[in-house]
Amino acid sequence: MARIRLVDVKKDFGGVPALRGINLTVEHGELLAVLGPSGCGKSTTMQLLAGFLAPDSGEIWADDRLLSSPRGVVPPERRRMSLVFQSYAVWPHMTVFENIAFGLQMRKLAEGQIRERVQRMLEVVNLGGFERRYPHELSGGQQQRVALARALVVEPETLLLDEPLSNLDANLREHMRFEIRRIHERIKVATIYVTHDQAEAMVIADRIAVMNKGVIEQIGTPHEMYDHPHSRFVASFMGGANCLRANVLEPGLVRCGEARVRAAESEGFRPGDEVVLCIRPHAVRVHRLGNGIERGENHVSGRLLQQAYLGDFQDLRIALGGGTQVRALTPAGPAFEGGEAVVVELPQQACHLLPS
Amino acid sequence: MAEGLSPAKPLPALPARTRRLDISAAVFGIAALILLFMVIVPLAWIFVGSVHSDADETLTLSNYARAFTRSIYLTPIWNALVLATASAAIATLFGTVLSWAVSRTDMPGRNLIRIMVFAAFATPSFLGATAWIFLAAPNSGWLNRIWIALTGAERGPFNIYSLGGAIFVIALYSFPYTFSFASSALELVPSDMERAAALLGARWPRITWSITLPLVRPAIVAGALLSFLEAIAEFGTPAFLLIPAGKQVITTQLYLFFQYPSRPNLAAAYAVPLLLVTASLFLLQQRLLKRGRFTAVGGKGGVREPFRLGGWRWPLLGFCLIPTFCALVLPYASLLLTSLSRAWGRGPVAGNLTAHWYKWALVENTAARAAIGHSLTYAAAAATIATVIALFTAYVAQRRLIPGARLLAFVAMAPFVVPGIILAIGFFSAYARPPLVLYGTAWMLIVAFATRFLPIAYSGSESALRSIDVELENAARTLGSTTLRTFARITFPLLRRSVVATWLTAFIPSLRELSSAVFLFTPSTAVITNIIFDLSDAGNFEPVSALGVLMMALTFALIALAYRLFGRTVLFSRARG
Repeated sequence: MARIRLVDVKKDFGGVPALRGINLTVEHGELLAVLGPSGCGKSTTMQLLAGFLAPDSGEIWADDRLLSSPRGVVPPERRRMSLVFQSYAVWPHMTVFENIAFGLQMRKLAEGQIRERVQRMLEVVNLGGFERRYPHELSGGQQQRVALARALVVEPETLLLDEPLSNLDANLREHMRFEIRRIHERIKVATIYVTHDQAEAMVIADRIAVMNKGVIEQIGTPHEMYDHPHSRFVASFMGGANCLRANVLEPGLVRCGEARVRAAESEGFRPGDEVVLCIRPHAVRVHRLGNGIERGENHVSGRLLQQAYLGDFQDLRIALGGGTQVRALTPAGPAFEGGEAVVVELPQQACHLLPS
Repeated sequence: MAEGLSPAKPLPALPARTRRLDISAAVFGIAALILLFMVIVPLAWIFVGSVHSDADETLTLSNYARAFTRSIYLTPIWNALVLATASAAIATLFGTVLSWAVSRTDMPGRNLIRIMVFAAFATPSFLGATAWIFLAAPNSGWLNRIWIALTGAERGPFNIYSLGGAIFVIALYSFPYTFSFASSALELVPSDMERAAALLGARWPRITWSITLPLVRPAIVAGALLSFLEAIAEFGTPAFLLIPAGKQVITTQLYLFFQYPSRPNLAAAYAVPLLLVTASLFLLQQRLLKRGRFTAVGGKGGVREPFRLGGWRWPLLGFCLIPTFCALVLPYASLLLTSLSRAWGRGPVAGNLTAHWYKWALVENTAARAAIGHSLTYAAAAATIATVIALFTAYVAQRRLIPGARLLAFVAMAPFVVPGIILAIGFFSAYARPPLVLYGTAWMLIVAFATRFLPIAYSGSESALRSIDVELENAARTLGSTTLRTFARITFPLLRRSVVATWLTAFIPSLRELSSAVFLFTPSTAVITNIIFDLSDAGNFEPVSALGVLMMALTFALIALAYRLFGRTVLFSRARG
């Protein structure tokens, strides 16, 4: 087992920066998810970690072993890392057994030992009895588990998972999230899990690193990331958020368009600062006019633009003054009329201020 | 991690992989080096030779001055341009009409036409030229004799020993280029585009003219350029039809430079401009193909409705049968008949029929028998070398394993633009003298064939490699396998079928290669085409026909085998000598 460290890793492709300086530490036995939209640099990070690419500057360490630097890269076969690919990369010309045994053969283990270890790994991934099948005789989820078993059977110091679930259908994907978490609990190897799916990262990871445009915006536990995003990007990427422009009036109180809004936190900003007011759509409440709802702090008048009925919820888009819009997910109630004037309530505990 | 899995029986920790010598880079490097010797060295010798005097090997530009100022050397260039332009024009006309008829209409017999076009594609044009000598030689040709018999005229109208004759024969065997380019483009034009025009009120001639044809124009032009390129590089047909007529083209003139007294350096200077022309045409053609794909014909074909020809169905079929009839039915019939005749001039009459020439080729004549053996073994060896080198090179180039890998790909494709006869001149200059003397050995022909058909093998290997997800290889790397081992355990097994296909596409043209063999053979290393060339020169057409029939029987048997194994797509690409 190893502690993996990336120190200020940078990578350009033909002058276009892909990574602008990544710093990241993955502890023994930890599962870290790297989350970001496509093109954010997460796949490049993976290629660098596995040793298929060399960094332009910066270093990658496993404990006290230097794995990658601009001066040289330990080749993939000697990094003690396993990689599970997005495409699974299960070899179609080999049986399940041969696929899983490959890495052990490379390590010149005796036949009997190989058989024993492969058997054991098949049990771990719930594929006992499948060893003679060929990949085309397996379902997507089963192939996925072969890839996982193949990566784990060589007892890597580090396990890399590159969007491993993105080729599965929705139900299976949800099932495999828990499956991967279960297997990780059992083997406790430092794992880096790349994904663009926020829900997947929340279920699987001990910690999440959100990447954007070649930098890591924030690292933290799923809780910290959701409840206390440090940036507008993290807020909207982690579960979606309304981000409204606002000016600080006094600590904890901002002007947002016409309205005065009191926020959950008061520190960090001075009067006059431009800030972003973030609020989750689930937290926004919408009231009819003339319903005895007081106007005042944290209440804004608006006009309904769109509504969609989602069963348990309704999804509302409301225009506030000054061209801003907010999205609200509220429990389904009596339908509003199109264009109806409403009052939007932004509860203080749900309003977070971020630097603009 | 193992401890966590089964508390009952912990496994010992795995030993870490130790560093072992990785010979991958060396192996791939050697493949690259061989490639340089196959392609760069012979081509370099042509340039070196062209600036050295034939008399005393001093540095001079006089070869160029002589080659491009004297009218006896300039006329062949003009003839070659006329020949290539005219045959490319005819080939493009037929190729375009046939491809449209076969892929976009409800003409009857579309599959028959397709198969016949492919058979014409597989037939070397020098064999067609031989057959057309029987059909249209000035006095003795059967078509002329039939004409005389029918009309009572003094002499027949056809003379195959002429520029027109050569144009006709070359066009007959090069129209499949435009056909294959245009039909694969036509098959990608979705009917929606044509329907859109129809809904706006256009009728089908108009739609074809202003929608369909413009969409596939880049493919047609690319096919035309390739026909031109083939025609200007063609040696066999001009040698058979134009040398007797005393008319030269560039390739036959190059051949004459090597007759006594041989002037190899003058030949080299004479070859350089041709090389530049073929190279730039090829680049132009590649650009057209790329742009063509880009602009119009992208993605899946969608649903396609054939045009209903109505009363025009049969006339169109009649038109489509003209080139296939002239390229296949007449020539093969006359070859077969000649090969079964004691003397072809006497025609198919009783007492003239005999199986003697087959017995002669297969049993009695040691030279012919040896040549058949040589053709088979040399072609097999050449195909093996070409496949191995192409596969390694394509792998190195695609996976960027060594710096300059892209350049390697370019080098591997370069022989495609080198006419066989010029490649032979280069080989002769490079390997008929120390330090590496291959001339007089089988290797001279084997390596030359391998080089000529390396581009076919390369493009086959490249597209096969492209179909393999690189992640399959990376998975093996992360599990502890070196590059070379990954190639052996993962890549090669996945490619096995394509490798066999690639081998066949290099073997088939090697079997009937003429234009470099003619330069590089010695009596002890003659192949079938050498025997055909010499016998035909001496006017012994009956054994020539027997050998030709045998060669084509073998070729078609192999094509049928490959078709059974791999389907149409693998073969139609460039299975052409």
